Amino acid sequence: MQAPLARLKRPSALYRMLGDRVFVVVVTLLALGIVALSLGLGYYLYLGGAQAIERFGFWGFLTGTTWDPALKEEFGAWPYLVGTLLTSFCALFLSLFPAIAAAIYAAEYAPKWLVGIINYLVDLMAAVPSVVYGIWGIFVLAPFLRENLFLPAYLWTAEHAPGILPYLGNPSGYGFFTAVVILASMIIPYTTALARDAISLVPQAQREAAYALGATRWEVMRLAMLPYARGGILAGVILALGRALGETMAVAMVIGNTNIMLKLLGIPLLYPLFGPATTMPSVIALEFKEAVTDIHLSSLIALGFYLFLVAFVVNLLASYLINVFKVGGQRA
Amino acid sequence: MIRPEVKTTSGNVHEELPLRMETRGLSVFYGKKAGVREVSLPIYNNRVTALIGPSGCGKTTFLRALNRMHDLTPIARVTGEALLDGQNIYERGVDPVEIRRRVGMVFQKPNPFPTLSVYDNVVSGLKLVGIRHKGLLDEAVERSLTQAALWDEVKDRLRAPSMSLSGGQQQRLCIARALAVQPEVLLMDEPTSALDPISTQSIEDLMSELKKHVTIVIVTHNMQQAARVSDFTGYFLTGELVEFGPTNQIFTNPKDPRTEAYITGRFG
Amino acid sequence: MRSLQARYNRDRVMVALLLLGTALAALPLLLLLGYALIEGFTSLNWDFFTKTQKPPGELGGGMAQAIVGTIILNGVGLLLAIPFGLAAGILLSEYPEHPLNPPLRVLSDTLNGMPAILKGLLAYVLIVKPMGGFSGLSGAVALAFIMLPILAKSTESVLRLVPWTIREAGLGLGLPRWRVILSLVFPAARAGVVTGMLLALSRAAGEAAPLLFTAFGNVYMQLNLLQPMDSLPVRLYTYAVSPYDDWHRQAWAAGLVLLALIVLTSLLARWATRGRQ
Repeated sequence: MQAPLARLKRPSALYRMLGDRVFVVVVTLLALGIVALSLGLGYYLYLGGAQAIERFGFWGFLTGTTWDPALKEEFGAWPYLVGTLLTSFCALFLSLFPAIAAAIYAAEYAPKWLVGIINYLVDLMAAVPSVVYGIWGIFVLAPFLRENLFLPAYLWTAEHAPGILPYLGNPSGYGFFTAVVILASMIIPYTTALARDAISLVPQAQREAAYALGATRWEVMRLAMLPYARGGILAGVILALGRALGETMAVAMVIGNTNIMLKLLGIPLLYPLFGPATTMPSVIALEFKEAVTDIHLSSLIALGFYLFLVAFVVNLLASYLINVFKVGGQRA
Repeated sequence: MIRPEVKTTSGNVHEELPLRMETRGLSVFYGKKAGVREVSLPIYNNRVTALIGPSGCGKTTFLRALNRMHDLTPIARVTGEALLDGQNIYERGVDPVEIRRRVGMVFQKPNPFPTLSVYDNVVSGLKLVGIRHKGLLDEAVERSLTQAALWDEVKDRLRAPSMSLSGGQQQRLCIARALAVQPEVLLMDEPTSALDPISTQSIEDLMSELKKHVTIVIVTHNMQQAARVSDFTGYFLTGELVEFGPTNQIFTNPKDPRTEAYITGRFG
Repeated sequence: MRSLQARYNRDRVMVALLLLGTALAALPLLLLLGYALIEGFTSLNWDFFTKTQKPPGELGGGMAQAIVGTIILNGVGLLLAIPFGLAAGILLSEYPEHPLNPPLRVLSDTLNGMPAILKGLLAYVLIVKPMGGFSGLSGAVALAFIMLPILAKSTESVLRLVPWTIREAGLGLGLPRWRVILSLVFPAARAGVVTGMLLALSRAAGEAAPLLFTAFGNVYMQLNLLQPMDSLPVRLYTYAVSPYDDWHRQAWAAGLVLLALIVLTSLLARWATRGRQ
């Protein structure tokens, strides 16, 4: 740093004061761009969807089960909201064991050379574009699941318990379960990366405390590491959920995109396990270009507004949980 | 039993004392570099042995070799022997987990498990070996907290989070946690260096009481502390044991000029 | 009492479970990479890079217009995002006492967690609707929305890596704060800042959802930012869901090119920050 320092002259006091003021103002104004963008995102999505929200009502639109752009021009978010929540939570559930196991293995058990490979794979996996997952889903995963899981299960059920066939749905390969598997593969790297970071942030003193008590490797993990890292792990899980909620292309490509739901106690609450389903992002992606009427467009943007609200809550929840489970310093 | 070769005045009483541990030609390597070289040292039963020396002299490295903590560092390698009740703990087939249960450790900075209560911290070692009986656990909590001179201060808030204690209390909690599994030896690595003078005092005070139950090895860079609490003292310099003997002899009449230089404060 | 043997057995069972989980986590990625490589390489040819689309049903043709479009959209998007992203990074790292600092951090993280498709919707509402048509510009803006929080975050973290002594040395010489930041802190963090840009690019380059109703897509070469513009992810999607085998082939090729782009950027980023951390 010697050379650049020597080149800089000591400037006058006025220049210094003015320069600092101007710089701070410029930086502040530009940074306000991000603030405006975050706030504007919600505001403009609401504005874009206002027509639909006003016509059907805030709760009416949310709980409306009809989505008919052609005849009745009636729109309700319910099938899409349920589809989004169901696929995301099922994918989260499916991804938990592999994601956290991989994080623990990479942080504590794996030999050094393997840690590097696992870390690179995790980074790479998080960077693979959604459409690439999608094309793999269409041409590899869906046919595989159809031949090896859906069809055998469907045929067996048809023979032994035909009553529950409607809950399985059309075993074409393109539907709810395939979307869940794709989503789970996509969010594993997010959970793994964040959980791994949280585990490697556990102070050496905590590990040694457990080892010095005569703990085995797993007992050290359970007694000292996992409790200390639980906040970070939980936040990783919640952020992965946020990813799953907003994931668009890969889901749209394999989910079959049908909003016909199954009733549970008279309320449409489920999609058939193998059969087609739909989500908020995928219906936005698929119908937006074809939407001709204002109310249809507005309803799609309104769906985006509700998706924004859900994602917002999930993100806030994640940062709240990080704080709640943060392991304190010297005194709580 | 073969006595280690250490510089002590012959015919002293301590040679009649029973040994709890003993090292013979113990070296610790980090990669190719030796952090501790050929140290042979007796650790007498129910006595406090202090290890002193300037920072970087290998005293902590030596201490951590006594309960196989170096197993956790991939590049560390230990040669020579460390005997616990006559058995070499580095022998093939000896289990490090079992050794660490018998040789407990207290660290420089208090490191209670922050998510656990005072009570659960104390019993954490017992639960590992599968002790679940509430009466046994309660008994162990009271016994170890009393031995660690913390019982009176925390008996009414055993369920409070461990991090709500002060720094000195946390360190005594860590001592209690180590004592709960009834180890034969307690290793203390500069246990008061992160504490205030009053907490330091209380931990020094409890050591004379503690040694009735457990053999203590303490690393300290504070010579006054070594003089106050220990029965025997070993002086380390650049990875080697320069001198070992009864504490009052080391401090009043050191045999080695290097020990004398350190004791009289010419460096360190 | 639990015997030590029983505890070790449990330890071994847990290691086995962890290995199983790790394998399960890696499996989809390895399968995906394997298929993308095989299908992609057998589908890739020179035409893919040099020709545009042939009429549906006819064999051959390529994605030249989509490759050029992806480069333009991401380039313009990055240029748009850089001033805002860097400024936010500077504010987050260098002005901890600034009243905007805490809300900016929360909002930037929240924005980063927002689904990409919503950023496309915002660009639609802000640009496509008022301008009355799809355009490359609106697509670039949507991509800039995606890059912004990533840039802010990465800039902040690399500026924080610059030792405080450098700032103190500058301030001690009587330099104003802004000169210290621009002339001392920023140059020291240059490689990291560039890495952040690469990271933002690689995240945005693979996005199709926000471009569907902004840049829209185009089967012809289009260099005018005010006209609909094509991109690799959108073209991949369109071809993948089409009924033509030859288009499926080209979709795989596009997938391989996208993957190669992302691996390249990540290697470049590693190379730029080599020897650090």
